[in-house]
Amino acid sequence: MKQIPAPLWTLTIGVIVTLVSLWVGFNNDWLPEQASAQSVLVDNFFNVMVVIGTALFLVVEGTIVYCMVQFRRRKGDDTDGLAIDGNLPLEAFWTAIPAVIVIGLGIYSVQIFQDMGGFAPGDQVHEHGTRLAQASTAPLGDLTAAEVDEALLAQSVYGIGAPLDKEGQAADLEVNVAGMQYAWIFTYPNSGIVDGELHVPVNADVKLNISANDVIHSFWVPQFRLKQDAIPGKETELRFVATKPGTYPVVCAELCGGYHGAMRTQVIVHSPSEFNNWLEQRTAQAETGTAETVAINPADLTDADYLAPYGKAAGVESHLLAHLSD
Amino acid sequence: MAQANITGEMIGNSFPHPDKWKWYHYFTFNVDHKVIGIQYLVSAFFFYLVGGAMALVMRAELATPSSDLVDPNFYNALLTNHGTIMIFLWIVPGAIGGFGNYLVPLMIGARDMAFPKLNALAFWITVPAGLLIVGSFFFGGAQSGWTSYPPLSLITANTAQSMWILAIVCAGTSSILGALNFIITIWKMRVPSMGWNDMPLFCWAILATSLLALFSTPVLAAGLVLLLFDINFGTSFFRPENGGDVVMYQHLFWFYSHPAVYLMILPIFGIMSEVIPVHARKPIFGYKAIAYSSLTICIIGLFVWVHHMFTSGTPPWMRMFFTVSTLIVAVPTGVKIFSWVATLWGGKIRYTSAMLFAIGLLAMFVFGGLSGVTLGTAPVDIHVHDTYYVVAHFHYVLFGGSVFGIYAGLYHWFPKITGRMLNEPLGKVHFILTFIGTNLTFLPMHELGLKGMPRRVAMYDPQFQYINIICTIGAFVLGLSILPFLINAIWSWSNGPKASGNPWNAKTLEWTTDSPPIIENWDVLPVMTEGPYAYGEEPAEVSS
Ligand code: HEM
Ligand SMILES: [Cu+2]
Ligand SMILES: [Cu+2]
Repeated sequence: MKQIPAPLWTLTIGVIVTLVSLWVGFNNDWLPEQASAQSVLVDNFFNVMVVIGTALFLVVEGTIVYCMVQFRRRKGDDTDGLAIDGNLPLEAFWTAIPAVIVIGLGIYSVQIFQDMGGFAPGDQVHEHGTRLAQASTAPLGDLTAAEVDEALLAQSVYGIGAPLDKEGQAADLEVNVAGMQYAWIFTYPNSGIVDGELHVPVNADVKLNISANDVIHSFWVPQFRLKQDAIPGKETELRFVATKPGTYPVVCAELCGGYHGAMRTQVIVHSPSEFNNWLEQRTAQAETGTAETVAINPADLTDADYLAPYGKAAGVESHLLAHLSD
Repeated sequence: MAQANITGEMIGNSFPHPDKWKWYHYFTFNVDHKVIGIQYLVSAFFFYLVGGAMALVMRAELATPSSDLVDPNFYNALLTNHGTIMIFLWIVPGAIGGFGNYLVPLMIGARDMAFPKLNALAFWITVPAGLLIVGSFFFGGAQSGWTSYPPLSLITANTAQSMWILAIVCAGTSSILGALNFIITIWKMRVPSMGWNDMPLFCWAILATSLLALFSTPVLAAGLVLLLFDINFGTSFFRPENGGDVVMYQHLFWFYSHPAVYLMILPIFGIMSEVIPVHARKPIFGYKAIAYSSLTICIIGLFVWVHHMFTSGTPPWMRMFFTVSTLIVAVPTGVKIFSWVATLWGGKIRYTSAMLFAIGLLAMFVFGGLSGVTLGTAPVDIHVHDTYYVVAHFHYVLFGGSVFGIYAGLYHWFPKITGRMLNEPLGKVHFILTFIGTNLTFLPMHELGLKGMPRRVAMYDPQFQYINIICTIGAFVLGLSILPFLINAIWSWSNGPKASGNPWNAKTLEWTTDSPPIIENWDVLPVMTEGPYAYGEEPAEVSS
């Protein structure tokens, strides 16, 4: 150990810490699958923090362990340690470095938040021209709420709105989401479909108008990295683009009563044609009035009744399976 | 001298007392700060066992994905009261009421607190708080989480919820009275030879904590009283169907409860700053930085509360403002951590049980701080809010931090408090089990949260069972870890080897009196001849 000069040690440790931190940051599989446009943004940000965090962790823990070994009291030594009670440059250094890091992270947060659409909840369509132009490129344009609810505009809406490049534009699809003990009810305002699961087309700009009927719930799709509370008396929204067809859990994240843990359903991300099929089928059903399975008042049910159909997906699954198989 | 006289008059003359307290004095309205300190510590530890037992039932329930051990509503009562007990009946009264009362007068060379009767009153107000919590179980127990968000708290178990509110109001009142007392005591009653910057850092920490409690607790009390009115007297502050605003409650709640997390850690930081220098045989590194960073944390800490509400009804600017303010809190917190590590550097570390818990705390708190930073940024928090990731974070700082700190303090001051030494080998077994248990229980929870498991659930997606089993095993290791401590403490209290006045050869004033101290602490008040952390130094250098 004597032969190796200190700067070389520092350099070696620095390189190793950097490499390990980068590796941990970009090779961990702690996060679930990425299935929305926002998930990529959030994960990059999270992983950058993991890199920085791992580096700090290794340096601090390494120093602690080094001290524990190097500066342990040896047998028979009852003297005190060095009488060092401070070092201004060092203290300035370890105040400044974290300060710079957190300022950087602060700016980065704002950037990511903006890219996610965080600054635009409640943002509504004013220029119909834009929307129509959009509609022609996306086959789903006709699903957009034709009328913007003016009363809604006047009120504050919280949540995640349109991403920067879509600000001021209508979403391709709007779905009203109502949370109640212990279920989510999804209503498609244009077609009148009511369902216990959320169906959306892939790569479409979807807007969820979230509300709560009884207590606070929280709409969360881990694979989308998006969560928004459903608050009685308040309007909230989530706008997202699902990027990967598949079935993902919808989880209630806010304590809402005894069966809060069972308040789970699914979001099914379809290919556009699959989605249109689903839509047609469900519209036909809605007209004949078979959608009532999910419209029953949960207050009339006992807990056991309540949980029984849970997972059966309120009679929708069979249709979905039919679509998936063709 | 004038300051010392105030103390002498207050207790020496107006409260005649026997030469020594008998056991039954500890069950009475006693005004001696040391008796009150012990009352707080013992009753808090009792509630720690109660809260811990609740946690074990919850972890047993969570060993399987379905709700098959207890009724899910009872599960919610357990989780609500586990949190409430650990915060309001264990960490806050243990760290502030227990160590604060016992140590502050001894550390500043006072004979008692400024207002001894008020002090006793503050303790006895926590007794109805405990009884109300225990009693609420006869009415199903409050079930809406320690956060008690309306409307859920308005429609669930009304009687129990009301009792819960009254309990918190009692605990809050107690902490306001205690805070006032600490501020005046520290401000006015230091021995004349002790300037502000000669004061032990524990006292700085208690001062900062008390200021924080004084500003924030009334807001919580107000919020809860409004909730109580809504439940019982037909008002609609938080009833949305009548135009009430549920998000307003969250602001009132978190305006207190974010600072409350600092109420639970600042006194612990104070304990760290006492324990580490003594057992590392080195002066504390960066005294002023540590002292003033406590104050900085308090001030910034009053402006970060919305980070608990990033997914609630909060506008974009609020989400961003509080992201930045939260990130800033990490800086003074980091300063403390680095200062303690630097205190170890170049020391002659003695691996006493107290020191092991202090170093264990350091190691785990770093981790909790780092996960805190990730939670502080709205984009990531939107994903992990209300998940097991948050549970993991706050147990790293509260179990790995506060509980480890209380243990460090107990091992360090047990000889002073009881006059007996604890058994060191048992202490080490206790440490090792606790350290393993803590990490086994709470480390895997980070992944649970990130992968999609929400918190406060009695039933969960079966894909998470494997990790949950690990957590449950860890929890039972933690349950087991209490045993060596209990055996040690109970046995040593009466049979341990007698402790000298200063068994650790420490420099703060509490070690200048007997162990346990006589009733008025000293026959002749001590004079500071050297700094509180003058290790490895000549006394002369300090006074200059
Ligand atoms: C670097 C310092 C810290 C930062 C940046 C930080 C940040 C946060 C954030 C942003 C949350 C909210 C997470 C959410 O609900 O989504 C949180 C939760 C929490 N933190 Fe920290 N924290 C720090 C240190 C501490 C300390 C020292 C304690 C207590 C000893 C603590 C205790 C808690 C508790 C109890 C909660 C959960 C409250 C609840 O929802 O029930 N934190 N922290
Ligand atoms: Cu829920
Ligand atoms: Cu907080």
